[in-house]
Amino acid sequence: MSVARHSNVGSFAAHAILATYTVIALFPVIVIVVNSFKTRKAIFRSPLSPPDGETFSLIGYETVMAQGDFVLYFQNSLIVTVVALALVLLFGAMAAFALSEYRFRGNMLMGLYLALGIMIPIRLGTVAIMQMMVAAGLVPTLTALILVYTAQGLPLAIFILSEFMRTVSDDLKDAGRIDGLSEYRIFFRLVLPLVRPALATVAVFTMIPIWNDLWFPLLLASAEETKTVTLGAQVFIGQFVTNWNAVLAALSLAILPVLVLYIVFSRQLISGITAGAVK
Amino acid sequence: MSSAPKGKPAFRLHIAVFLAPAVLVYTTIMIVPLFGTLQLALFRSVDGAQTFVGLGNFEVLFGDPRWSQSFWNALANNTWFFIIHMLVQNPIGIALAALLSRPSLRLRGFYRTAIFIPTILSFVIVGFVWKLILSPVWGVAPGMLDAVGLKFLFAPWLGKEAYALTTLALISVWQFVGIPMMLIYAALLSIPDEILEAAECDGITGFAQFWKIKLPLVLPAIGIISILTFVGNFNAFDLIYTTQGALAGPNFATDILGTFLYRTFFGFQLQLGDPNMGATIASVMFLIILTGVSIYLFGIQTRLRRYQF
Repeated sequence: MSVARHSNVGSFAAHAILATYTVIALFPVIVIVVNSFKTRKAIFRSPLSPPDGETFSLIGYETVMAQGDFVLYFQNSLIVTVVALALVLLFGAMAAFALSEYRFRGNMLMGLYLALGIMIPIRLGTVAIMQMMVAAGLVPTLTALILVYTAQGLPLAIFILSEFMRTVSDDLKDAGRIDGLSEYRIFFRLVLPLVRPALATVAVFTMIPIWNDLWFPLLLASAEETKTVTLGAQVFIGQFVTNWNAVLAALSLAILPVLVLYIVFSRQLISGITAGAVK
Repeated sequence: MSSAPKGKPAFRLHIAVFLAPAVLVYTTIMIVPLFGTLQLALFRSVDGAQTFVGLGNFEVLFGDPRWSQSFWNALANNTWFFIIHMLVQNPIGIALAALLSRPSLRLRGFYRTAIFIPTILSFVIVGFVWKLILSPVWGVAPGMLDAVGLKFLFAPWLGKEAYALTTLALISVWQFVGIPMMLIYAALLSIPDEILEAAECDGITGFAQFWKIKLPLVLPAIGIISILTFVGNFNAFDLIYTTQGALAGPNFATDILGTFLYRTFFGFQLQLGDPNMGATIASVMFLIILTGVSIYLFGIQTRLRRYQF
């Protein structure tokens, strides 16, 4: 890549814009996390300064730890998100491959049927879902959540993945067929590696609403041992609205694990994207 | 739509195997319950028994001023919410993606990771964070405006009827700008170098290159983010619920279809929940979204040109 392609001025401007936007994106989060380590007085007197020896305090975290089991909540969120995500990616990629690769009777119709779920929030079916899950004895369990989130994530995953799979060259697949690969092998060995950037993208988009959902945990998993982080934080903040230390600490505790998880995963995401782009 | 038919028209087992798991899970957990809800819209509770009333509930929703006023208010607010996203979120997302995909850019990973962070936060967190920051009690926002001499601009934005909805829309933009950024970024990266090199040989570089070569190539991705924004906005609920509560205050200024549906379905304060009217509103929302998506699928997507690299 030649450096001369872009002038220094352009590069400076790009950095200036990106840095400004980075500040906008991070500032609110930083303010919350920084203030969670301060005494109540310091939170109000100088919200923008970092804690020093005098204003440093962990009182908020002590309150949170004494009141809620955030480690367990985090574990629950993690299990639900990872399992549902794996199912969405596998089932979604398989269906997307069938739709984008083969011409069969009802292909168009099947595509529309599966895309229907992008348009309708699954929440509209809450009452019937509740009845079904209770009848199956799955309330309150994490399994109920996993099933709901798998169904919720599939339509969008199929839509995006089939869009990307159409750009995989036909010659490559036909070459595989001539070499005697089965359709399953063509899917797993040839197509899946090529759409890895799309898979990484879909993974992020599927993961976020699952991790952040408040609605279904509230209805399907509100027992203490099945609470997710989002639900735990919401319940906690509702009880401690006027205790600013505790609220800020609870918010920070809800933010930090996701942040760590995301930074770990973003490596994967980046290598996925670049691997696909270089080809 | 692809042109040449592939394979034989006979039944092929592997197609069924590929489709089965997704279709099964999706049908039982999403479609069947949804139809259960849509069915509710055609019934009304009379003396505790569900009675079939045909389209009676829809007549109430559009005919009874108490209902229709709330409905049109929610629809208008929702449209404004969507317009702000299209005008602010998506252009910013595309611009950031274009800057990020500059080949010689340093710190690329840092910017991309940082700008995407708000997107991974839950509505509960985002709602509370901004509520605290914009709160006149805490004074972060007025304090910062004061520092640059603009304190007179400060107002309790979330509490004013005139500003609340726009403020919430901008908070939502702040949260979700990472999604268009990532999708466009991935699309920009998948443009082969040969094409860009060819453009350079023809003297097309920099901004002109973005405008004339890259943008047309990522149009399908822009189409996807537009439709995702549309569907997401017309299903939105959480942010408004966590910051303004189910009443979508002040004075329903931030009421959108999602909160209107929630209030109707589950009730609030003194009003009892009405599943039948809730289902009616849900059905109308479904029709609105279906119309929008159909316009995209049949009017726009079929005209987009796709390139196989």
